[in-house]
Amino acid sequence: MSTLQTIASLIYLISAVCYVLGVHMMRSPKTARKGNGLSAIGMFMAVIMIIIEVVADGKITATGWIVLIAGLAVGIAYGVVKARKVPMTDVPQLVSLFNAVGGGAAAVIGIFDYLMKGDGVALSLAFSIPVFLDVIIGGITFSGSLIATGKLSGKVPGKPITFPGAKIVNIIVVLGMLVAAWFMLATPTNIWFVILGLVMALIFGLLMTLPIGGADMPVVVSLLNAFTGLAVAFAGFVINNQVLIIAGALVGAAGTILTLQMAEAMNRSVANILAGGFGTGDSDSGGAGSDVPVDVKETSADDIGLQLAYAQNVMIVPGYGLAAAQAQHEVAELATVLTEKGINVNYAIHPVAGRMPGHMNVLLADVNVPYDQMKQLDDANPMFESTDVSLVIGANDVTNPLARESGNEISGMPILDVDKSKSVVVIKRSMSTGYAGIQNPLFSMDNTQMFFSDAKTGLQDIVAATKQYLED
Amino acid sequence: MSEELFTNLAIFVLSLLVGFEVMSKIPATLQTPMMSGANAIHGVVVVGAFVIAAEANSWVFYTLAFFGAVFAAINVAGGYTVTDRMLGMFDRKPKAKSEGDDSK
Repeated sequence: MSTLQTIASLIYLISAVCYVLGVHMMRSPKTARKGNGLSAIGMFMAVIMIIIEVVADGKITATGWIVLIAGLAVGIAYGVVKARKVPMTDVPQLVSLFNAVGGGAAAVIGIFDYLMKGDGVALSLAFSIPVFLDVIIGGITFSGSLIATGKLSGKVPGKPITFPGAKIVNIIVVLGMLVAAWFMLATPTNIWFVILGLVMALIFGLLMTLPIGGADMPVVVSLLNAFTGLAVAFAGFVINNQVLIIAGALVGAAGTILTLQMAEAMNRSVANILAGGFGTGDSDSGGAGSDVPVDVKETSADDIGLQLAYAQNVMIVPGYGLAAAQAQHEVAELATVLTEKGINVNYAIHPVAGRMPGHMNVLLADVNVPYDQMKQLDDANPMFESTDVSLVIGANDVTNPLARESGNEISGMPILDVDKSKSVVVIKRSMSTGYAGIQNPLFSMDNTQMFFSDAKTGLQDIVAATKQYLED
Repeated sequence: MSEELFTNLAIFVLSLLVGFEVMSKIPATLQTPMMSGANAIHGVVVVGAFVIAAEANSWVFYTLAFFGAVFAAINVAGGYTVTDRMLGMFDRKPKAKSEGDDSK
């Protein structure tokens, strides 16, 4: 080992330690930002070290430099601008886009090294197995993540997309991958074999994500995040670089755990999610009574304003509808108007409110809602008994009392005990069912009133009405 | 099995175990930033983009190296930026309760 190689190995080791410690620090809100910073420092060190290695090695051509620098400049500019400008509501699809390019880069490295061997060369399994896994997993992540991005941003229909004979096509694609595996592992190199493997992986990625409903997408994004980690680790085997192996495996494992926890928070199993077809709404097997038209009491913005103005304790229950309507500013304004008059306002945040676990906290923090007003499920539930008005905005399943009973889609899911508050106001666009596709008896309870409106315009009207009563 | 492969395999398996261990229970509040933070870490693939660019010697390989560099750079630069932005929001000092803060 030359001196430079020794130094490089040590630097890569230090940067790997930075990633591990960084992830560790991200488990607590207090140290999370520093953790990400530490991980970024590790990344910076690894990049500086590889630059030194490439320069010292001296094999890179002038064109190589141009291609590399141009590529990095384009990528950094695009990545940073996207990351700075993205509204917080659109973070999930951005993460998914970054998964796609990460997996794509890993696949490119595998293809590159395979082709570099030249045509008709017999490969050792020690080389060909990692190349194969790198290209296949990278390819699946690339196409799968792009579909996930499209579904989350509405460019691809969010409802599960299936077609007759999908199962047979799946089987053919898996067989195609096995054929590609045979050719790539057991026969001398040929450009068409790696192309076959890549194409099969890309098709598999499409087939895997298209049948999954938009609401399940965050869990899929997290899973693809873990996949990207593994693809990067195998790219590390291919180019024999240990920092890629360590960081990739770390993300692969951490991403897997995170996926399981997200699925648990959403009361779904990962296998169930991947099977797809959930949330179509047409498989209404919710048992007797679910089709009975529920009779509900409608109310107006004016009446809600009056209730709020005379309340002491108000609990805001934000849900997916709030995020979809981008109404965070309006809800924060309402809370400010109320707190200025000495009314207690808190937010009850279900773990899966928003588009993915923890997303609602980010959205509310973005509009300067104080951290101590955001109550998590366990803290919020005891507070409902002393709550005068619960304002449910675009949330449905997470407030459904049916979860306490057995024998339905959401049985056992932790819910917010909104029904225990003195009065409940639900702002919702229509009586349509939520994600789980079942009716919510909360809406027809005696102390519940419905306000049918878009979250954004509805809240604007309520703010205006509340102000008027508070000024009187 | 070559010694090199064995070393890499050992590192891979141990890193997986570290990943499982370091993750344990994440509060739901932090799951979105955590996913994004882990996403940034696999941006380390940018190191691989350097390695292949250094070996490229014909237009096929230059093209591959270019796409490798673009993809990896988006992942690493965007990933860290958006994670930091998200976590920065948790960092803000809670404002005094009665002070309106709509100016932003």
